[in-house]
Amino acid sequence: MPKWVTEFSSWVFTRMPLDKVWKEHLSEYYAPKNFNVWYIFGSLALLVLVNQILTGIVLTMAYKPDAKFAFDSVEYIMRDVNWGWLIRYMHSTGASAFFIVVYLHMFRGLLYGSFKKPRELIWIFGMLIYFCLMAESFMGYLLPWGQMSYWGAQVIISLFSAIPFVGEDLALWIRGDYVIADATLNRFFAFHVAAIPLVLVALVYLHIIALHQVGSNNPDGIEIKKNKDKKGVPLDGIPFHPYYTVKDIVGVVVFLIVFATIIFYMPEMGGLFLEPENFIPADPLKTPEHIVPVWYFTPFYAILRAVPDKFGGVLVMGGAIFVLFILPWLDRSEINSVRYRSGIFKAAVSIFAVSFLVLGYLGTQPATPVATGFARLFTVLYFAFFVLMPFYTKNEKASVPIPDRVTNDPPLADVINDRCPGLKKKFDQITTTREIKTQSGQVYSVPILDVEGLIALIKESVSNLQKYVKK
Amino acid sequence: MKSIVGILMLCLPMLVVAGGGVELDEMAVDVADKASLRRGASLYARYCQSCHSLKHMRYSRLAEDIGLSEDETKQQIIVGSRSIHDSMTTAMESVEASQWFVGISPPDLSLIARSRGSDWLYSYLRGFYLDESRPFGVNNTVYKDVAMPNVFWDLQGDQKAVFIQQDGQQKFERFISNSRGKMTQLEFDATIRDLVNFLVYVGEPAQLQRVSMGKYVLLFLFMFLNIVYLLKKEYWKDVH
Repeated sequence: MPKWVTEFSSWVFTRMPLDKVWKEHLSEYYAPKNFNVWYIFGSLALLVLVNQILTGIVLTMAYKPDAKFAFDSVEYIMRDVNWGWLIRYMHSTGASAFFIVVYLHMFRGLLYGSFKKPRELIWIFGMLIYFCLMAESFMGYLLPWGQMSYWGAQVIISLFSAIPFVGEDLALWIRGDYVIADATLNRFFAFHVAAIPLVLVALVYLHIIALHQVGSNNPDGIEIKKNKDKKGVPLDGIPFHPYYTVKDIVGVVVFLIVFATIIFYMPEMGGLFLEPENFIPADPLKTPEHIVPVWYFTPFYAILRAVPDKFGGVLVMGGAIFVLFILPWLDRSEINSVRYRSGIFKAAVSIFAVSFLVLGYLGTQPATPVATGFARLFTVLYFAFFVLMPFYTKNEKASVPIPDRVTNDPPLADVINDRCPGLKKKFDQITTTREIKTQSGQVYSVPILDVEGLIALIKESVSNLQKYVKK
Repeated sequence: MKSIVGILMLCLPMLVVAGGGVELDEMAVDVADKASLRRGASLYARYCQSCHSLKHMRYSRLAEDIGLSEDETKQQIIVGSRSIHDSMTTAMESVEASQWFVGISPPDLSLIARSRGSDWLYSYLRGFYLDESRPFGVNNTVYKDVAMPNVFWDLQGDQKAVFIQQDGQQKFERFISNSRGKMTQLEFDATIRDLVNFLVYVGEPAQLQRVSMGKYVLLFLFMFLNIVYLLKKEYWKDVH
């Protein structure tokens, strides 16, 4: 290293502890070595946050937060601004991607007990981030000033008016007008580009600081700090940098492949990420047939509609989010990871996941009597998961003995072989192995497609299908 | 696992509950077909633009994307004395138009393909039938009681609609030709396809760049994935 670099860095480090920060949070932050694919979503959430901030800044350069010009300025970005379409699709796809990675990140926490003692504060900060994210995306969705922006906001804000006594005044105060109007658009813009992002970034900072204080959980839910070497380094820990930085880059590239596929080939995602109705300018005199929030709100929207009374619905919907905050105190089990938890917890968490997905689907559909019936059933199941949790997690016994040290995930091929031996048999049936010798003399056996085997498999499947149809 | 599948099976009837409405004819969109876009654009200029603007579409962008020179664009597409840098507005004032069409001014169609979809437009434009009770003498199977005349009557001819009673409701069954137009049914369908193709392009001109650029981005990412995967493997060699 040249002399001036060392001199300059020591000049900086005597005035600011940058080297200490680097060590504490990256090169000497010890993370468990057994992270699996579920652990990528935290890093991805950070990546998407940066994407949203950067593309958002560029969008504000051409967007006009004015009821007269907002819709047209978005089309101006899509057509006349150089690369505007790309920036806008990165932002709109990023919004949905944010929720996908955050939902998976939260579900990871649920599976492996990352919300439990001593990580309650991390969970609380995470939930606050999620709450801010909902506010951020709700206000951002008004900005294109399309029909769904307008009427979606109209419906959501009218929920506040269901609150007894102060409701009407509260809704009026939020809108700044008797209906969604220019004043609303302007203030939502202010919140969306300045106020909430600032809070969001601060919360992300707190989330990470709290995490690095207690250390990361892992798929086994075993505290790695219990087994340390003489220097005080956890035996099952590896420095975040370089190990997890290089590993996360792989995850980031895989994510970018999916992200780019959506941006370049299906930016509307079949009407889920950009709704067809939103390509019609906002019209206060014409209500769309079905007012549907964007997909990431639909589980809560389904819960809202499942309750017959409006104010009751608002309370229940609020409860569905609030109950997540107190999750660390609902779960009374000592066991962290789902790998070792009892069958009853595994069943409960499966039912919860299915309920959330089904409610999400129902929220996109018209509220027919049948659909409402299902929404009620799954709302009950959603809450049952939380309300009954103190009872079914009390005195929980491990389904398999919990090891003392973290375990490594077996290779994917072995997992597939163990769980579905039929699949491995079929794979062998349609492939033959061939030995390949490299220049350095190493010999690999590589599976090669066997056409005869493939034809036999197709014939077999067709005859199976025929039998099934006849039955 | 079985319980999850079971619960999902329970939800299947809901899929049947959703849906409904008019059955639409499907149309294959191909915005890469420049000849089709050119035919669609000139058809739009002759048949639609007197009432419906495309205010977000510039002639210059259109000419570049469908491969026309400035002179060709002026001959084939630009109506009146407008410049190639103008956007495709209409000559009609919206107040005046609103008086003509029973109080409704003809909407701007820049984004109609994105809000309605190509199948809807294709079915709608071919769905006009004779109906004495309407102000323009025609009604539409897709958009009932629409305040728009059948502007393609000279190409398509007139048609009558046959309805059948089903579950106590009138359901559209088929069209019968009443008088012949300048085109056969097949020619007319192809013409409307060009027009809808053009509107799909107008809905998002950037889709031409978007789709052609996507493959290079993905190619790069896949190659980069190999490199970062090898990097990860190299670093993780000593983690056991």
